[in-house]
Amino acid sequence: MERHFDEELKELNKEVLKIGALTEEAIFKSIEALKNRDKVSAQEVIKTDTRIDELELAIDEHCIDLIARYQPLASDLRFITTGMKLNAELERIADLAVDICQRVMELADKPLLKPLIDIPKLSAIAQKMVHDSIDAFVKKDACLAKMVVLSDSQADELRNRVQDELINDYLSRDVKSATRAVPLLLIARHLERICDHATNIAEDVIYMVEARVVKHHPEKLK
Amino acid sequence: MVKIEVKQLNLWYGDFHALKSVNASFAEKKITAIIGPSGCGKSTLLRVLNRMNDLIEGVRTEGGVIIDGHNILEQHTDLVVLRKNVGMVFQRPNPFPLSIYENIVFGEKVHNGSKDKDKLDQIVEKSLMDVLLWDELKDKLRKSALSLSLEQKQRLCIARLLAVRPQVLLMDEPCSTLDPQATARIEELMRELKRDYTIVIVTHNMQQAARVSDDTGFMLLGELVEFDKTDTIFTAPKDKRTEDYITGRYG
Repeated sequence: MERHFDEELKELNKEVLKIGALTEEAIFKSIEALKNRDKVSAQEVIKTDTRIDELELAIDEHCIDLIARYQPLASDLRFITTGMKLNAELERIADLAVDICQRVMELADKPLLKPLIDIPKLSAIAQKMVHDSIDAFVKKDACLAKMVVLSDSQADELRNRVQDELINDYLSRDVKSATRAVPLLLIARHLERICDHATNIAEDVIYMVEARVVKHHPEKLK
Repeated sequence: MVKIEVKQLNLWYGDFHALKSVNASFAEKKITAIIGPSGCGKSTLLRVLNRMNDLIEGVRTEGGVIIDGHNILEQHTDLVVLRKNVGMVFQRPNPFPLSIYENIVFGEKVHNGSKDKDKLDQIVEKSLMDVLLWDELKDKLRKSALSLSLEQKQRLCIARLLAVRPQVLLMDEPCSTLDPQATARIEELMRELKRDYTIVIVTHNMQQAARVSDDTGFMLLGELVEFDKTDTIFTAPKDKRTEDYITGRYG
């Protein structure tokens, strides 16, 4: 039986898709700005964040409104509470894209310390994890969500590699490299945190779809 | 600890199979809610627990309802004692057309023939205090119970049950005629009462079941489809039929 409430849930789904798309775009543009040393694009991402913040508030309000008016239960309740959590995670991801852009502003006028190899790889993983976690929510796909959770270790490894390389090959050898190495270290850290937030989303999606908690219980993923 | 064990319970009204192989355990000093659409058998199940269905012609039961080790469906069960131990509150409060005082002591007089005024006074005071009516009614005990508000009447009916010291309280839609504030107060009372009594409530109001109960059973077409902790039923039911019902997709 189609309910009026289903229309409301579809609307919420659309809103989540929208904030998801804006967030994905912010990550993509922040990395492009880094690759191209493009301060203008970096500024644009920083400006767009206000839109994402506004959307986050609107989605939160919508979720609270749905809970107050419909008192949802079971899968409806899990959908709305997951939507709220996902909303907060996406806003945090967008903030991290802003953080990356701020590092880009610091780096843009300085010569590159080294060719960017692992950071674009890490950013590709981060973008895919964010995309897939949103996709998993929209399609209620727990299998896809599990794959997102499992891919987080790849991001951790890559971030450690970037960190080791920057510290061992540059910072420990030449302290003057810090002004260029530290922003790159931070960018790797921001990207790795983006992956953590995508993992949180994916874990929440598994709860939403399968009604079981896998957060903090990696053994339950199998 | 289990207070009531329902085992392979089947019930027919004539040819109509109203309860189909129901198995359930009602925990002691907990509130268990039975939910389900109209005609699913939830009130029938409730009424089996003190054999109120015996009053209906053509009713036939099979299986067991074990309360404190005794199968109450056995022929020799003393129904007066059973209904004293397992009292029922109905949808519409049904005080007797007597004074507030006489309503409460009615059971004590019938069951024990008590005439000791001090003892009866004590019963009235304790029962009204248990349902949080004493302060409101202590100066009006000789007034007709029919003059009370709906909520007060429902509380009085609960007090009347408590006066005969039951162990189990059955509640069939006890708040359906009450406004939201009165409903909230009866729900608070239920939480107080579960310290001493095992409560089984039938309700159409799912939010009420979610708010007050510890365990919940969902019934459909005479079957107990799912029985679990209330948290589980309302956030992660296992059966699709339960999910469809509580999310309003059923029907």
